[in-house]
Amino acid sequence: MTSIFSSLPIAHEDDAFGLIRLAKADTHPSKTSLNAGVYRDEEGNPWVLPVVKEVKNILHADPTVNHEYLPIRGNARFLTGARKLVLGAAEALNPAVVSIQTVAGTGANHMAAILLVHALQPKSVWFSNPTWLNHASIWEKADKNINQKWYPYYNPADRRFDFRGMVKTLEEESQPGDVVVLHACAHNPTGLDPTPDQWKAIADLCIRLKLFPLFDSAYQGFASGDLERDSWAIKHFLGEDGLELGIAQSFSKNFGLYAERVGALHIRTTSADVASNVGILLQQVSRSEFSTPPAYGATIVATVLNDDALFAKWQLDLKTMSSRIAQMRQGLYDELIRLKTPGKWDHILTQIGMFSYIGVTAAQAILLKEQYHIYLLTTGRVALTGLTWENVGYVASSIDAVVRQTATEAIPSYIIT
Amino acid sequence: MDSTQYPPSVFNAATYIAPDSIFKVTKDYLADTDPRKVNVGAGTYRDENGKPWILPSVRMAKEVVANAGHEYSPILGLKLFRDRTVELAFQGMKALKEDRIASCQSLSGTGALLLAGLALKKAESGITEVLITEPTWSNHELLFSSMGYNVTKLPYYKAGAFDFRSYIDALKSAPSGAAVILHTCAHNPTGCDPSQEQWKEIAAVMKKKTMFPVFDSAYLGFNSGVVYDDAWAIRYFVDELGFEASVCLSFAKSMGLYGERVGVVTFVASSSELAQTMVSILENVQRATVSTPPIYGANIAATVLGTPEIAKQWAQDLITMSSRVKGMRQKLFDALVRLQTPGDWSHIVKQTGMFGYTGISSAQIVYLQDKYHVYMANTSRISIAGLNDSNVEYFAKALDDAVRSVK
Repeated sequence: MTSIFSSLPIAHEDDAFGLIRLAKADTHPSKTSLNAGVYRDEEGNPWVLPVVKEVKNILHADPTVNHEYLPIRGNARFLTGARKLVLGAAEALNPAVVSIQTVAGTGANHMAAILLVHALQPKSVWFSNPTWLNHASIWEKADKNINQKWYPYYNPADRRFDFRGMVKTLEEESQPGDVVVLHACAHNPTGLDPTPDQWKAIADLCIRLKLFPLFDSAYQGFASGDLERDSWAIKHFLGEDGLELGIAQSFSKNFGLYAERVGALHIRTTSADVASNVGILLQQVSRSEFSTPPAYGATIVATVLNDDALFAKWQLDLKTMSSRIAQMRQGLYDELIRLKTPGKWDHILTQIGMFSYIGVTAAQAILLKEQYHIYLLTTGRVALTGLTWENVGYVASSIDAVVRQTATEAIPSYIIT
Repeated sequence: MDSTQYPPSVFNAATYIAPDSIFKVTKDYLADTDPRKVNVGAGTYRDENGKPWILPSVRMAKEVVANAGHEYSPILGLKLFRDRTVELAFQGMKALKEDRIASCQSLSGTGALLLAGLALKKAESGITEVLITEPTWSNHELLFSSMGYNVTKLPYYKAGAFDFRSYIDALKSAPSGAAVILHTCAHNPTGCDPSQEQWKEIAAVMKKKTMFPVFDSAYLGFNSGVVYDDAWAIRYFVDELGFEASVCLSFAKSMGLYGERVGVVTFVASSSELAQTMVSILENVQRATVSTPPIYGANIAATVLGTPEIAKQWAQDLITMSSRVKGMRQKLFDALVRLQTPGDWSHIVKQTGMFGYTGISSAQIVYLQDKYHVYMANTSRISIAGLNDSNVEYFAKALDDAVRSVK
């Protein structure tokens, strides 16, 4: 009997998860994982935020806590807090903005894609070159036929954000109704963010060209330690009256609740009526995929966001994480300068967030893995959370060694053509 | 702010879609302040005091996992959870011994069905038709039609019972190669399950027409009190007849973990290699929808299933829930007999599982809500779990009045 499964193509393992597997299996004493996008403390261990621990204990001891279904839209207190956080207190009260709880940032991006494909029928969706690995797959699942286009973002020549390239390409090639995916802060994978003036110009461009901005906000508070600073770009766009936009919001990193899948999608429309109808469309997508979102993680976040004392503690935890990463950036940079490693390295200090395109080539990344047991993506993306005072010297000297060992590559592998 | 000043909304063309009515029932119930109110609407278990029930076994497991971390689970979910669930559902089956089962953690039963549908597409199975029962769980049609499947309803219910003749005839006329959504036990919403003989006939038709069974298994253990007994139909199709199949599992009801979204999707393939390939397909479709599934509930469930002392307690908890529900069926029936309520109400005790179709009219349903603050699905489905010793007489009297006063 022929199996119905016989004709299937072989599915390929996700690169990032594949590397995690390899790193895990490597037992060499110098093994250093700089690949996965999760925070690690100064011992290199996972870190449950103290405020999260405190709330978990509260919930554990509370006899009224149960596991009832959430409404399709999600935990109401969670959504209130999430809105205030990313939209600002005033805009959070705007009935023209509709919000729904999602399965983390992936779920929010996925739901946004389905909504926008249905409502806008955009010819193209624009991603930064490069962008988070999963953006393209998410949009491909939402619409096989949509054009996926790339706006210049990373300039390998000077290792800076290619603002002019981005603007030029969108001016010349975008069409009204296209969706443009923007990283709210701490760009993944480069760590390069536009300046406030550049953000203003990008907003003007979206309005002029009638593009639909979709923000991916996965690092608010985690990037700089400052919740306002990390949402500045979003709030600037919201300040443009009449500009419709979306925000895919994740609490994986800033609450360390990765596996609990806590997220929200916010869509700003032009009126309460439109927002209400969009809300029902979004609920229909949820219902048709998983019915109702997972409760536990959202309860933890809701508890923190709606309590002043806990909120203040959370801000301290954000400072802990963001400043440790900033210190590691400084530490890595200082070592590379001390070793007089060929090349320029100051971008390590000007980039922000969990990741850095430190400027190693694919060949160098492979050497780092094979000779030095240091794991980073072949795109050159380094997860700085993997650095500690104990290993930063080893990482720097290994980078120094492979840079000297290899000839300069003409075209780095991370450029997607 | 005058919206006409700005370009029109890009969302203007989207058409209004009425939300799933069962959620409104819960919403209205919660808003009702009448002390006599009765909720027999949504399918969640309630204890003898009408309250949500944290299973003792779940409490025990929560102690164990209290300090668990929150690192990303693998895309396929918690392996311990997947493996123990597969061992539970496929206990004693050849397919398990022969390693022919692909599994992936899902967002409860809904998520399992979604992954099954997406994976069958990605696997280029050639399946385009999905057959569901009429009536069925309110979300089956939306779920599969949203994925682009052509959904056909097969008549299932008549006069309080499973309409086997109509169902089997419709099945025989349906397209070959279709996927057939089967309720493994405790059919939602009717409570009417095929007998073993009827299952055998259904299987024979499906074999002849190379149809693909999708077992929606949301009530294993909750129905009879014993998981193994409730899984009979799966065993028959997969073990005895050698069907390839998908079995979609949920612990929402059987562990009371509703909101934590705890489930597993499985495929039984004809070979171990194909099962492995299906695992990679499942991983692929999970990555682009949710990336990785939520861990909290899976951790609890894995601990329940894998800790002998807690698993023993869980077996007891299943008996507690299923027998309380069965007891309420009997009490409701007895009350209606005592009241001499017009009509035959024996279907209440013949039906099984959490739900039953009372068979009353829309007008009677509205009357019950307005006069008696009784909340039920607009299909006449009631959740027996919402009844208890404090409200069953009240409910029976209300039903009696509705049947006598309204047509």
